[in-house]
Amino acid sequence: MSEITPSQTVGPFFAYGLTPKGRCQWDPNGSYSWKETVGSDLVTPDATGQKIRIEGQIFDGDGKAINDAMIEIWQADAQGRYAHPRDNRALPNTQFKGFGRSATDKAGVFAFDTVKPGPVPGPDGKTQAPHIVVCIFSRGMLRQVYTRLYFGDDPANAADPILALVPADRRGTLMAHRVAGEGVPLYRFDVRVQGDNETVFFDI
Amino acid sequence: MSLIYPKDSLSVYPAHLSPGYKSTVKRSPSKPLIVVPHTLSELTGPVYGHDAIQDGDNDLTRQHQGEPLGERIIVHGKVLDEDKRPVPNALVELWQANACGRYVHNVDQHPAPLDPNFTGAGRTVTDSAGHYKFVTVKPGAYPWGNHHNAWRPNHIHFSVFGHSFLTRLVTQMYFPGDPLFPFDPIFNSVTDEKARLRMVSSFDLENTVPDWALCFRFDIVLRGREQTPLDNDEH
Repeated sequence: MSEITPSQTVGPFFAYGLTPKGRCQWDPNGSYSWKETVGSDLVTPDATGQKIRIEGQIFDGDGKAINDAMIEIWQADAQGRYAHPRDNRALPNTQFKGFGRSATDKAGVFAFDTVKPGPVPGPDGKTQAPHIVVCIFSRGMLRQVYTRLYFGDDPANAADPILALVPADRRGTLMAHRVAGEGVPLYRFDVRVQGDNETVFFDI
Repeated sequence: MSLIYPKDSLSVYPAHLSPGYKSTVKRSPSKPLIVVPHTLSELTGPVYGHDAIQDGDNDLTRQHQGEPLGERIIVHGKVLDEDKRPVPNALVELWQANACGRYVHNVDQHPAPLDPNFTGAGRTVTDSAGHYKFVTVKPGAYPWGNHHNAWRPNHIHFSVFGHSFLTRLVTQMYFPGDPLFPFDPIFNSVTDEKARLRMVSSFDLENTVPDWALCFRFDIVLRGREQTPLDNDEH
């Protein structure tokens, strides 16, 4: 039997500790006094590539937006390099860290400012389409759920080895869709935790 | 060192759906999770160093003008992998209710006093031996709406990063001998008794500081172990 420490829910009151600034609009003053460790703006001054914004909501089994969730994202930079020692490919590095965290606000909306990741190595020498690993915590979740965000307008999705493992009729739940407009491209990514059109979650 | 993350290590985790904890009913996936291999995307994760924290971030009793009310305690331990090797440079964040069982969060409606000298949030990074330490006050028990006369056992929320995004852990640390254990569906969502007890800190007399503070020890074991020749390479 495994000896790891079990997971427990993040509960409803994490915001003043984990997401004290930014989208956490629960506090009447807009933020708590505690300093932020991880924010929702991943863009460093030296980050190259296409800046993008991601917005979405997380819905429960009744289709109600979850307004006390925390969503974390992990991604490569625009060149497809992860800021981690296990990614030891000789690619030029930047200060881009690739990790972000957003609470959902009263309307259940989360948002990130980041850059579109590049393609990254996959299993068996294949290449994975640009994607972001997504991890969601909330009250009522005793353990986090993992999903992925892909870019609905990227032709590389057709050859992605992970998407190929997902039943074709459910792949759409992993797609962020470009919202028409000027300026920094906005992608919409909604997560449905349960029920019709339930988002694909991964057993990893 | 290249760790592997066997999925069966997660067998001690609570089920996504644990109906005794009512909020799980509408917030748990109903379709089977899709099994995928661990790629570079999962095997990497955010890396933190001591630049992520500032002096005093791990002392919750010194964030305001005065000292908080309540029982001052030291909470410390090690972050380890499944081979019991220390995990250095792991970011550890915690948050908790004050001594009266009230959270600073403005949605918390429990009619117990807020303490102007206590926020209840802290963070630190493990040292080269995987060790972390906090100074805080013992959080109070508090009621919640899950069922009639429901009370949460005293607990401190922990958020921990490790060697990869697969080791990401959010958990709760409990205190030894809490009479509320048998009645708490969150604690009991972990059905294996040994695993459940790994969430309970132990009283640490050796590191209790005379005339100052009791000490509790809480080691945290994350996923990840060295590959052995018996393992196939499918993970």
